[in-house]
Amino acid sequence: MSPVSTASSRAIYDALKACGIRLISALPETWLVHLIRMAEEDPEMILVRLAKEEEGVGVSAGAHLAGVKSAMLMQNHGLLASINGIVSCAQLYRIPLLMLVSYRGEFGERDPWQTEGGAATEDILRALRIPFTSLDHPDHVAHRIADAQTLALSSNKPVALLLRRGLMVEEDPAREAGRAGGSGGAGR
Amino acid sequence: MKRLDALNAVYSRLQDHIVITIMGAVAAELQSIGHRPNFFYLQHAMGLASSMGLGIALSRPDRDVIVLDGDGSVLMNLGGLTTLARYRPRNLVHVVFDNESLLSVGGFPTATSTGSDLAGIAAAAGVPQTTTVRTIEAFTQALDEALAARDLSLIVAKVEAVGPSAFVTDLTLLENRFQFQRYLAP
Repeated sequence: MSPVSTASSRAIYDALKACGIRLISALPETWLVHLIRMAEEDPEMILVRLAKEEEGVGVSAGAHLAGVKSAMLMQNHGLLASINGIVSCAQLYRIPLLMLVSYRGEFGERDPWQTEGGAATEDILRALRIPFTSLDHPDHVAHRIADAQTLALSSNKPVALLLRRGLMVEEDPAREAGRAGGSGGAGR
Repeated sequence: MKRLDALNAVYSRLQDHIVITIMGAVAAELQSIGHRPNFFYLQHAMGLASSMGLGIALSRPDRDVIVLDGDGSVLMNLGGLTTLARYRPRNLVHVVFDNESLLSVGGFPTATSTGSDLAGIAAAAGVPQTTTVRTIEAFTQALDEALAARDLSLIVAKVEAVGPSAFVTDLTLLENRFQFQRYLAP
């Protein structure tokens, strides 16, 4: 059973809708399951399930040029997989991207395979000069998403919101004593 | 068949549609025939022209989108064929000029030179209409049929590995981008 917070996912989804997002590209990962289901069940939303996250850069670029506001849901490893598209499509052509990145591999991470990506995520965003902030509490989700969207559109550049464990995971299995093995969250 | 001749033959079919090209020879050759505000040239990000086409096709179902791709670029985003097939935009025609090489970076052969069949891969990915053509006449006919079919189509056009002497044109990337956006979403 996934410990991902439905309430936080709903707050994020509602904030995206309030920003006028009409298209979401996504590649499933544990923390994003509720968000993807919400997009899937919303008749007003175009959900594009990707084979690899970099495709989402192209999809969002096309949507933007066609006048549709979009957001990308990905794991931080998906951010790593998207770097060439971000640089040589979105940054080269001044395309705004609203990237919501689940920040795996931080303190509390139980899955060994997530741990390298977590250590690299913020340095990579800085190296790419992508403005970013965290979503780590439901209270600031709405205004941080709105602010991120505002900056993306005014600068015509990608921005990132890091979805943190404290927001996305309701009962963190890492804190439960006596549990071993990897039953908590499969990778991607 | 030379790609430039193929583009010349179908230019009248392209000129009123949204056209997305890849970088290099395709972009330079199409511009040499005639740039239009409804043409966008993705001068990098190899593999993503078809993803951009998907984003536009889903956002503007009222318009036809033609993606002019290449074998090297498609091979960098084979997964994108499965995404295209999954959403099956009826208003998208995916043309792949297959010269079996990475022409603009020295002409090194791609995997289509040793038998990888991009139309076969696309068909297996679920693209409903696929074909491979080797002559101008067959290419023109295939494009007409694809536009009339009102369904996602992929046309592999086998072309000679020849291109223009220069790839940089006087149309700057950002000029193209903002002009295209104004055309699409005024």
